[in-house]
Amino acid sequence: MSVARVPGDGAAPILRLRDVGKVYANGSVEVEALRGVSLEVARGEYVAIMGPSGSGKSTLMHILGCLDVPTAGSYDLAGQDVSTMSEAALATVRNRQIGFVFQQFNLLASLPAWRNVELPLCYSGMGRAARKERAIRALERVGLGDRVDHRPGELSGGQQQRVAVARALVTDPALILADEPTGNLDSHSSADVLGLFAELHEQGRTIVLITHERDVAQSAQRIVRILDGQVDSAIPAAAGNVR
Amino acid sequence: MTWGETIRTALEAILSRRMRSSLTMLGILIGIAAVMLTVGLGQGAQAQVRAQINQLGSNLLIVSPGSSTSTSGIRGGRGSASTLTTRDATALASPVVAPDIARVAPVVTGSQSLTAGTTNWTTNVVGATPDWLPVRARSLTEGRFFTTADLGNAASVAVLGSTTATELFGGRDALGQTVSINGTTFTVIGILNTAGSSTTTDEDDQALVPQTTYSSRIASNGNATGVSTLYIEATSTDTLSAAYQEANNALLSTHGLTAATSDFTISSQQSLLTTATSTDRTLTVLLAGIAAISLLVGGIGVMNIMLVSVTERIREIGLRKALGATPRAVRRQFLVEASTLGLCGGLLGIVLGLVGAQVLPHFLNQPVTIPPVAGVGALGVALVIGIVAGVYPASRAARLAPIDALRSE
Repeated sequence: MSVARVPGDGAAPILRLRDVGKVYANGSVEVEALRGVSLEVARGEYVAIMGPSGSGKSTLMHILGCLDVPTAGSYDLAGQDVSTMSEAALATVRNRQIGFVFQQFNLLASLPAWRNVELPLCYSGMGRAARKERAIRALERVGLGDRVDHRPGELSGGQQQRVAVARALVTDPALILADEPTGNLDSHSSADVLGLFAELHEQGRTIVLITHERDVAQSAQRIVRILDGQVDSAIPAAAGNVR
Repeated sequence: MTWGETIRTALEAILSRRMRSSLTMLGILIGIAAVMLTVGLGQGAQAQVRAQINQLGSNLLIVSPGSSTSTSGIRGGRGSASTLTTRDATALASPVVAPDIARVAPVVTGSQSLTAGTTNWTTNVVGATPDWLPVRARSLTEGRFFTTADLGNAASVAVLGSTTATELFGGRDALGQTVSINGTTFTVIGILNTAGSSTTTDEDDQALVPQTTYSSRIASNGNATGVSTLYIEATSTDTLSAAYQEANNALLSTHGLTAATSDFTISSQQSLLTTATSTDRTLTVLLAGIAAISLLVGGIGVMNIMLVSVTERIREIGLRKALGATPRAVRRQFLVEASTLGLCGGLLGIVLGLVGAQVLPHFLNQPVTIPPVAGVGALGVALVIGIVAGVYPASRAARLAPIDALRSE
């Protein structure tokens, strides 16, 4: 496993935002959600984006996740400028480069765990046998090797979020983007999921975690604070949290 | 996403909402079955009429005395006697005068009382020539038809329709028996095969005798050459109109008349067929129209359910998009789902239609003929309805922004 890198050690950034702005036209009212955000995340970094609600961190997460495009500035992800891509091209980028972990887990209730995990692979055109094999391997990696045939309803909240993490891992993405991943979990399960992220970071994964909770943000290597649509300050997390 | 994967996802979505899916399919099912049955009924009725008319003889023209024009109604022949004669028949049979006419069968008919032993039976007695059999496309179950020699000798021989034979002789074999008509004793030499009844006459209840015998022994006026109808067989269906022209011209010239003073009418099987089927067709079109509307309503049902489905699964769509589903993949998924609903409804509708085609004739006393192409067509229509009904909901799903879809509760 590669060693985690800290920013400024010469590694090419996996994502680079330059003066990214986002204006929502809500009827005649224009809302400026982001005002010139510049941000770099290196390969293998574990970054927490923190800010109160209304700070623009959700908008930033949508742009980082290629779910939305900026109205100003540029965004390079894994060497590609994604700020001007078409919707179909963005879908492909999301499929190949990004693994999402949502607050609501967003698992399909009718499908067993492994079918949920293989879902991104269906859209990348992988064969059925290979998909199942990789899905099961991803579930084993998050410690759910014995739950592959369970439906989300038969799993605890923490286990469901682990399934979601497995789904984020299965495509081997450049970036894991977690949006309030502990927001719907009790403290025990939260610690569990954050422990899993720490493990993944140790294994060289690039993780961007969006949260409004300081405790959660503390588990990351670096914290980026967002306030009123701008980067307030980028500070390293408490030294003890850097692994 | 591959097609196989898309179809599997669609089937899973349909199966996970069984009740709703089956009710949606029911709309298509009823529509398809209704269209198939009305078309089948129409086809059955048309086939029935066509069969009735074809049994009169193929490529047939019928010359009857008197003429009808649009302005003056029906003009009768001169005097009370028919204007048509055996000489007309001879003239028309000539390949020089009318090359497109294969055969001519003049007939003279009258209602007579037939007596066999103590049994009486009143029926149509037809004086005919040997060509009558092929021209009217008939055959015999036993015995023989009369020959040219019988015609020349004015032989006292008769060929009976199957009904007539049964009425006169009961279960006994009529062949070789004698029957008395108007005081003359005839020997039965043949029995006609059954032909069913046409709209006007019972083709199985008649007695045929040589035309010469009819004129000399049966006809009351003693007119040796007068006939009541000329049946003309054209060489083929294609030459029917040519034969019509030739017959018309030849008869006008032998009668020394012009088209304006014509004393005969030529009708064709085609005109009979057209008249008979046009009524049926109107009814069929009307019924099929109503059935098509029910199919349309079924299609709207599919669209409605797909729209509900899109709204309901908005989060699923958002998630799939976030995980890398392109707008095209999403559109395809919903299109396949809608067309699967249509196709399954169509298949079940065809099954119901085929069952109906077996059951319905017992209640309606009407044949139902479903041509195989109708089954394939119905399936195609059901599929197209599914696709058309799916286009709008699917494009709505495809257009959803992933963040809006994910955010919705």
